[in-house]
Amino acid sequence: MKICVLVKEVPDAAVEKRMNPSTGRMDRSGERNLNPFDTHALEAAMQVKEGGAVEVEEVVAVTMGPESAVRALHKAVSLGADRSVHLTDEVLVGSDVAATGYALAQALRTEQPDLVLLGQQSDDGECYTIGAVVADHLQMPSLTQVVKMDVSHGKLRCERQAEYGYDTVEVELPAVISVGDAINEPRYPSLKAIMGAKKKPLDAKSAADVEIDTGLVGAEGSRVQCGEFKAPPAKESGQIIEDDNTDETVAKIIAWLDERKLI
Amino acid sequence: MADILTYVLHYEGELNNNSLGAVSEGARLAGEIGGECHALVLGGDDLTDELCASMGAYGAAKVFRADGPEGLAQPVVDAMAKVIADNGHDYALFGGGLLGFEIGAGLAARLRGGVTMEVTTVQVEDGKLVAERPILQDSQISRSHYQGGVGIIIGRLNAFETRQSGSGEAAVEDVDVELSPWSTKATMVQRGEQRGADVNIEDADVLVAGGRGLGKPEGFELAEALAGAFGGAVAATRAVVDAGWYPYAAQIGQTGKTVSPKLYLAAGISGAIQHKVGMQSSENIVAINKDANAPIFEFSDLGIVGDLNKILPKLTAAVKAKKGT
Repeated sequence: MKICVLVKEVPDAAVEKRMNPSTGRMDRSGERNLNPFDTHALEAAMQVKEGGAVEVEEVVAVTMGPESAVRALHKAVSLGADRSVHLTDEVLVGSDVAATGYALAQALRTEQPDLVLLGQQSDDGECYTIGAVVADHLQMPSLTQVVKMDVSHGKLRCERQAEYGYDTVEVELPAVISVGDAINEPRYPSLKAIMGAKKKPLDAKSAADVEIDTGLVGAEGSRVQCGEFKAPPAKESGQIIEDDNTDETVAKIIAWLDERKLI
Repeated sequence: MADILTYVLHYEGELNNNSLGAVSEGARLAGEIGGECHALVLGGDDLTDELCASMGAYGAAKVFRADGPEGLAQPVVDAMAKVIADNGHDYALFGGGLLGFEIGAGLAARLRGGVTMEVTTVQVEDGKLVAERPILQDSQISRSHYQGGVGIIIGRLNAFETRQSGSGEAAVEDVDVELSPWSTKATMVQRGEQRGADVNIEDADVLVAGGRGLGKPEGFELAEALAGAFGGAVAATRAVVDAGWYPYAAQIGQTGKTVSPKLYLAAGISGAIQHKVGMQSSENIVAINKDANAPIFEFSDLGIVGDLNKILPKLTAAVKAKKGT
C-alpha cells in the first residue's frame, strides 16, 4: 500500500508569531520548522511500514506552501518518508481552510494513496479540520484524533476519545486519518538520514499540474475572509513566584490561599 | 430571511449540552437576522418525538430527524447537506466538541462553504454573521466574514451558553437521507467506553489537576496527597489519560469534563487550549510548572515556577498543618 502524509511548515515554536495587519495573514518570516504534530503522523506511517501487518511500498510526504516549505519536506524525509511532493503556486496564496483542503485533495488524487495521515492540528493555525475537508473531496471515510491504529487487510481499527469516552471505529481503506499526539513518540532522525534527505526525490507541482480549479483557491476563491485583528479582552495578569526557597514559596502559597479563604 | 441550522449531538437519550448551547445561540442570532433556528439530529430509536420537540425550549423552531449511525461525522454531513439543499439555510452552527469540528469541515467541503473553528463570539453586522475566534494561543482575536456560500461556524467548547429562551415545542420533521458510499465505510465498534475507575470531579470545591509534568504515573500520588489535604479531588489532562496514567473520568477539557471549582491547582500542566476550555471558569487558578514560558501562566491567578516534586509534598504538609488535621 501507499501512504501519503500531509505535512506543514510552521513558524518555530520558540518564535513569537504574529499577524501581518495589512494582508490579514500570518507573518511567516523568521525561523520555520516542520509542524511538531505532523511528526506523529510520520511516525504512525513508519510504524505501519515496519509493523509487517501490511506491505507498504511507499511513504510520501505532501505539503502545500511557499518555496521555504521544502525544508519541512526534507525533515519529513529524514524521518522516514521515501519521497515528497511540494504543491506550490502563487494562485494558492491566501486560501482558507476549505480551499487549502481542496487543493491538497487535488495533489493527493494524483498520488492515489491507500491511506492519508496527518497530525491533529497545526502549531500555528490550530485548525483541527483539514483532514475532514480533504476526506470529503477524496470521497474517503475519515476520522480525527486517533490515538491507536491497527492495520489489517484493507481495514483500520482506530481508537479515539470522543465526547462520551473512548470510541473504537473500523474504517475501510482508502481513508484519511488524523492522529492525536498520544498515538506515539516520534523518533529522532539519524544524522545519516538528515544528510541524505536532500537527495530523495522531491516533485514540485503547480496548481495546473494537479488540475486545481483556480476559481476555488486563493483569497478570491475562499469563502472566509479573516482579518480585523484585535487584542482579546485584557485579563489581569496573575502573580508569579519563582521558587528559589521552597519553604518560603509554600508559605507564600498558603498566605495567598488563606487570604481567599480557600483552605 | 436567513435560517440557521445547528447540529445536536446526543448519547443514550440525552442531548449534548454544548449542542444545546449552539441551539440557544442560533436562536438568538436567527432572531437578529430575521430567520429561524433549526436543529438536526441523527440516530436511532432514542430520538423520540418528545426529546426532539424539547429543543423548542432552547429556541429551535424545527427539528430535522434523520435515521443513521451515531457518533460518526460523515453521515451527519450527508444529512445536513441534504437539509440545507432542500431548505436553503444560510448558516450552520456547531457547539464545541470533536464531532462538530469534523462535521463542519466536511460540510464546508461538500457545500463549498466557508468554515471558521474555535469561535468564541458571533456578531451580526449588516444582517450577516461575523465569527470571532482567538488565535495564536489566544493572544489575538481574528474576525471571519463569509463571502458567498453557506457560512459554517464551529464554536469552542462552552463558548455558547445554553438558554431556555424559547417557548413551546419544536416541530419535528423526519428526513430521509441516502448516505454517501464513503460515509458507510466507517463503522462504530464500541462507543463511549470508560477507561479506568469512575471518579467524580465535577462536585469538588478543590481540584488538583496533574499533567505530563508529573513525570510518571506514580507522580499522581503527590497530587492525590495534596487533594486529600484539601478535601478535594484529582483531575487530569488528556495527555496523561491517553498515556494510561489516570482514569478517563478525571479528564478535563475538549473531550473531557468541564469544571469550575473554587480552587483549581494545576501541577505540571502546560495549559494547551484544549485543556483551558474545560477549566478556565474556575474561581481561582494556581499553576505549578517548571517552564516559565508555559501558557498556563497566562491565565493563572497565582503561578509558581519551580519543581513540583519539591513543592507539592511541602505544600501538602502545610495545608494539613493549617487545617489542623
